[in-house]
Amino acid sequence: MSYISLSEKDKKEMLAKIGISSVDELFQCIPDDLKVNQKLDVPEALTEPELTRQIEEIANQNSYQQFLSFLGAGAYSHVIPSAVDYLSSRGEFISPYTPYQPEISQGTLQIIFEFQTLICQLTGMDIANASLYDGASGAAEAALMAHRIKSRRKILVAKSIHPQYREVIQTYTRNLELSVEEIDFSDRGEVDFEDLNKKLDEDTAAVLIQSPNFFGVIEHIDHISALTHERQALSVVVVAEPVSLGILETPGNQGADIVTGEGQSFGLPLSFGGPYLGFMACQKEFLRQFPGRIAGETKDVDGKRGFVLTLSAREQHIRRERATSNICTNQAWCALRATIFLELLGKKGLKELAWQNIQKANYARNRISLIKGIEPRFRGACFNEFIIEFEKPWADIDSFLQEKGIIGGLCVTNSYPELSNCVLVCVTESHKKEDIDRFVDHLEEACS
Amino acid sequence: MIREPLIFEISDSGKRGFLLPKLDVPVIDDILGDIPSREEIDGFPEVSEVEVVRHFTRLSQTNFCIDLGFYPLGSCTMKYNPKINEKLALTREFLLSHPEASQDLTQGSLKILKVTEELLKNITGMDAYTLQPSAGAQGELVGMLLIRACLEERGNPRKIVLIPDSAHGTNPSSAHICGYKVQEIKSNDQGTVDVADLAKNMTEDVAALMVTNPNTLGVFETEIKEITDIVHTKGGFVYMDGANLNALIGTCKPGDMGIDVIHLNLHKTFSTPHGGGGPGSGPVGVKEELKPYLPIPIIDEKNGIFRLNRNQPKSIGRVRSFYGNFLVVLKAMVYILSLGPAGLKEISEIAVLNSNYIRKSLENEYHLKYLTPTLHECVFSDKIQKQNGVNNLDIAKRLIDYGVHPPTMSFPLIVQGALMIEPTETESKRDLDRFIEAMKQIAHESRNNPEVLKNAPHVSYVRRLDETSAARNPVLRWQKNNTDK
Repeated sequence: MSYISLSEKDKKEMLAKIGISSVDELFQCIPDDLKVNQKLDVPEALTEPELTRQIEEIANQNSYQQFLSFLGAGAYSHVIPSAVDYLSSRGEFISPYTPYQPEISQGTLQIIFEFQTLICQLTGMDIANASLYDGASGAAEAALMAHRIKSRRKILVAKSIHPQYREVIQTYTRNLELSVEEIDFSDRGEVDFEDLNKKLDEDTAAVLIQSPNFFGVIEHIDHISALTHERQALSVVVVAEPVSLGILETPGNQGADIVTGEGQSFGLPLSFGGPYLGFMACQKEFLRQFPGRIAGETKDVDGKRGFVLTLSAREQHIRRERATSNICTNQAWCALRATIFLELLGKKGLKELAWQNIQKANYARNRISLIKGIEPRFRGACFNEFIIEFEKPWADIDSFLQEKGIIGGLCVTNSYPELSNCVLVCVTESHKKEDIDRFVDHLEEACS
Repeated sequence: MIREPLIFEISDSGKRGFLLPKLDVPVIDDILGDIPSREEIDGFPEVSEVEVVRHFTRLSQTNFCIDLGFYPLGSCTMKYNPKINEKLALTREFLLSHPEASQDLTQGSLKILKVTEELLKNITGMDAYTLQPSAGAQGELVGMLLIRACLEERGNPRKIVLIPDSAHGTNPSSAHICGYKVQEIKSNDQGTVDVADLAKNMTEDVAALMVTNPNTLGVFETEIKEITDIVHTKGGFVYMDGANLNALIGTCKPGDMGIDVIHLNLHKTFSTPHGGGGPGSGPVGVKEELKPYLPIPIIDEKNGIFRLNRNQPKSIGRVRSFYGNFLVVLKAMVYILSLGPAGLKEISEIAVLNSNYIRKSLENEYHLKYLTPTLHECVFSDKIQKQNGVNNLDIAKRLIDYGVHPPTMSFPLIVQGALMIEPTETESKRDLDRFIEAMKQIAHESRNNPEVLKNAPHVSYVRRLDETSAARNPVLRWQKNNTDK
């Protein structure tokens, strides 16, 4: 295929206008010894039918979608209303660039403004940005932001934050004057208060926790924030499963200074891990240190309301090495999908969604807890995920379940050696009662 | 045109846009214990599905986009986004593929990643790729982290990164996060790196040079081999910002120029749509020496079986969760396979032809600061029009009235009043001529009727917006009490 729109006649006319006889002359500025003399070593061009067939053949090597799955761990299977797919596939949303010319980008800009508002309402914060890459890089940006605000060198990171998010925080902070220390978790699966209390000192810029945390346990954000504020550090709350915000008290009302997280649950398919949607919100006093693009309201010369990208003096294209972040392109189209999703579900729908998740997961947790050979590992309240510990080796249980067409969850022992033979199970509204019951029955069989 | 309100302003109590099935498990009371739950989400919208569909459809109609017309944003490579890419990215087996699933069950997804790595290696002449970075800026960060990790292992991470004054702002910003001090290299009167200035500044304190080639003026760094030699001789690395790779595909390979590490923008060169600001994808290619430091996991292939390999002791770690923007990578792969070797080479040929056609057609009307030959883009300035009090902003806004998207403005910083034009290869001569005609008309208007430019745009959904007051008195979200406007 070729996506060129010039005819041979066009090309001739254009070359004549330029005053040359062949396109090669335009490449004379490239030294000959750098030019490749043979054609690129890639397969010959394929037509649409050939390509479709080839991609389908590769796709058929995936079989995960045939299983009844209870995997979560930062990537959640939720309902996606038809209108999300329909509206987001419009060329006017897919094919513009970042809205640098606001007069012809009002759609994108107003949607970012609505997205920012929705994120503020969900998190209980004053301001939100237009998006970041994902929850993990959002957590890293929050750590850097806290460091700039506080000019302190220590970041405390709860060990119950998603292991990959903690890896990304390490990568982003490694070469700055920052040390990252981890806070242990208690036998309830919550942040260990004693450990936090011990490690919080006058050099601590921020305490990062995740709620619901990686184990699915809901943290006491209010208590953690209070303790954090006693030492004048910032309370940063990471939310990997934002559906929980439909039912839990907002981080903002519990003392959080910065809230960041992953928005994949809001209308984005699993897609083997991306594209997903980082979001970030904070209290307005920290605006000047906030990373990423922000849309703001203004007026045009006729006094009509309009929206623009604003406060760009924080950003790399103006401030260069002194910018609040290096981010440029973000995940705008993913934020669009989240906005459509949230506006369709609305006030009642999101609450209902959160309620169904917590009810179904706890129904499953209670039933699984009764199985001999399985113990719930943590006693803390859970949202839609929980950790269970097996007496028998997980590998055996896993292959038994897979034979029955079930993916039972994610073994977390690689990330947490102390949680040996422990598995993270996720239950959402996408599971029907009969799915859960079938899972429980097979677990019983596997454990007996 | 109908003014579309904010969704919050049309919300009314009790309306629903989506219904869930009824809860089918017995209700458990008091799950939360002493965990506080929330009241209703104050201010959250309550609208019907019809209202949501009309809201977004109307808003969409206020957007300009590549499906609608010419979009010559310099350095952004706004080419057409082929529809087969979009269609195949909706393949169910990929959409439903969980990133934490057993690798036996996601071999297809892993194969897409591995095949794309191989294609990019062959196109750019690099030895290995990571597809993890979410966008160009994150790719830059990865590239600089790789360099730092390698230098650290040699015993000294060094202190300085050299960056030409024509570079994108993300370059210095990314270097800064890696703990480096940024030192600017001046451009010479050709608009390219001043090799003497580079040689003077290239000391053993310098970790790397970040270079964009062709640079942001569209000029190929003819002395690139000398440049990379100077850096290598002093034990430094050369990072290439691949934002402008569209000019080179099939003609030359960064891997042959002495480039040690490069990031690509799949959402520029490889046709994946920009989505109004993302998602992009910023793969990073390296030479053998930097390979051990790539982000984990890497993908190994043995006998057609793909395995994620996290056991890379020298790796810089992760920069994001999972494996990057998978669906964006898939679209880029489809694009490469649909073009083949001849189609890929045609990209750079026609992109460069189109750009030079525009340059030639406008060089008598608009000022060119640098007369050096250019490849895929050209940078004019408003110097001539300034004589009539018209600046590049006025020119840009007036273009909107002519139905084309304005070029990138006021960048690169070394050209005052810059208008940076990148047509890409996908545009028809008719669209190029329309743009040229509009630019000529505007040049004419600047002499005879400058007021019409200063008040532009005249026909858009909103007219010129007050960006100063937006920054001075920030209103960054809707609130109940600021609704009646």
